[in-house]
Amino acid sequence: MRRAINIVPGSGTRILLALLPFLLIACLYVVVSAERQAANPGDKLLPPIAEMATSMDRLATEPDRRSGDLTLWSDTAASLQRLFIGLGTAAAIGLVLGLTLGVLPVADAGLSPLVAVVSMIPPMAILPVLFIIFGLGELSKVVLIVIGIAPFLVRDLAMTVAAIPTEQIVKAQTLGASTWQLMLRVALPQAMPRLIEALRLSLGPAFLFLISAEAIAAESGLGYRIFLVRRYLAMDVILPYVAWITLIAYLLDWLLARLARRTFPWAYVQETRR
Amino acid sequence: MSEIRVHNVWMEYGDQIVLENISLDIASGAFVSVVGPSGCGKSTFLRMILGQERPTRGIITLDGAALPGEPGPDRGVVFQRYSVFPHLNVVQNVLIAFEFAESPFTAKLFGAKRRAASEKAEALLQAVGLSEHAWKYPSALSGGQQQRLAIAQALARKPKVLLLDEPFGALDPGTRAQMHALIKPLWRERGMTVIMVTHDLKEAFGLGTRLLAFDRPRIDPQAPERYGARITYDLDLSRDGPVPVLGFSPPIEPSTASQETKRSMSHA
Repeated sequence: MRRAINIVPGSGTRILLALLPFLLIACLYVVVSAERQAANPGDKLLPPIAEMATSMDRLATEPDRRSGDLTLWSDTAASLQRLFIGLGTAAAIGLVLGLTLGVLPVADAGLSPLVAVVSMIPPMAILPVLFIIFGLGELSKVVLIVIGIAPFLVRDLAMTVAAIPTEQIVKAQTLGASTWQLMLRVALPQAMPRLIEALRLSLGPAFLFLISAEAIAAESGLGYRIFLVRRYLAMDVILPYVAWITLIAYLLDWLLARLARRTFPWAYVQETRR
Repeated sequence: MSEIRVHNVWMEYGDQIVLENISLDIASGAFVSVVGPSGCGKSTFLRMILGQERPTRGIITLDGAALPGEPGPDRGVVFQRYSVFPHLNVVQNVLIAFEFAESPFTAKLFGAKRRAASEKAEALLQAVGLSEHAWKYPSALSGGQQQRLAIAQALARKPKVLLLDEPFGALDPGTRAQMHALIKPLWRERGMTVIMVTHDLKEAFGLGTRLLAFDRPRIDPQAPERYGARITYDLDLSRDGPVPVLGFSPPIEPSTASQETKRSMSHA
């Protein structure tokens, strides 16, 4: 009998093993839901799968009576728009400030304590401030996402850039690089893969801030819908919405991972060797 | 021309004296090997010529002009590790030197200029024997190939001085011999001054036209940081036969040094 650490599953077994826990959870849900329905036909807590499917079908295909939109898709579009603008802005700030702090010692001395302090402000605590300053519209939600993740991106990228071996920085100078050229051709390309990894890590917090802002003040969006139907204990909408949000986040994460490996193959050499 | 003059140079980090009172002239086109025990300041000496560090006292001149306080294209360098860019492939690693020179804002070349620069880069790769690996990333190269690339890169801007910081220290003996066979003709053809720090005495004697040995002639056991390293041997290797000693800072009378040690021992 081999040691447990030496038993490595093949690719087929691997997929099967990965699916197994999902199937188990699904089965468990179906069984428990059926039991509750049997005990109380009006149970709202764990609606049967069929009921959730009908609700989602209605939200996805029937125009809303008031606005005429297809609710699921308009909610998704509104949320994703906020998310992408927020993530994009935060990435741009992270990249510019991170590079500057990582490359220029003067900028680092002047700004990194500030960034360190700002990154400790709990973003949710200043949400009211954002609502007061930017109103209840789209801007305040986007700003919340930016404030929530930009400081992390700045610090992470500054550390990544500062960790580029001195030998490379000196070498670039002996090849005649100016500070600007060095940032553009040496620091920036080496920061990019890390930026994508940091964005992947930020997806969770970004969704957290998005849903929170939508829960408090919005007219559309995935978070808005969940908190709206909460009043009617509409688990048949809430649970599929949560699953939908999770699926979107998972797909974004997967896409970013693929993008990074395709665009910056040199950064993942160690991985493919393993 | 690329004559280096080092005049009364001291290097101190706080209380610690690393180099004391180093003075020497390095003739244009010399191949200077620098040897010495670990931590005796030979790499510090190299970094001072490179401009990465500034001497605490004294001046260093290159062709009569004081060295600028930062690295520049007149002094090329090959480090033991990490001196090629991991995000660029082999040809891009050399091409970037021309891009820095000719494209101040975007640091990228296009069209005819790019083709011209690519040809120069490929010629350099040919010279170091890397032509067939032009599209590989450095991570796919062996240690010796990475050092070949680093050399091609360092030669791109035609530096007056080439600084080598234990360039072949991490290579196996066979590859090291190949690198020796590569570097010597490159140095001869280009007429640059080479300063090479090494731990390998055979390499130092085999390649150099001049050998500098750094060591600390005096050590105070109570305060080891009080005395720095000097040049203890300066050998001319350019002629056949017995090696004449060019300069040689006379050991600070061994008697006084040992008396000092004894005195401090008896105090202790």
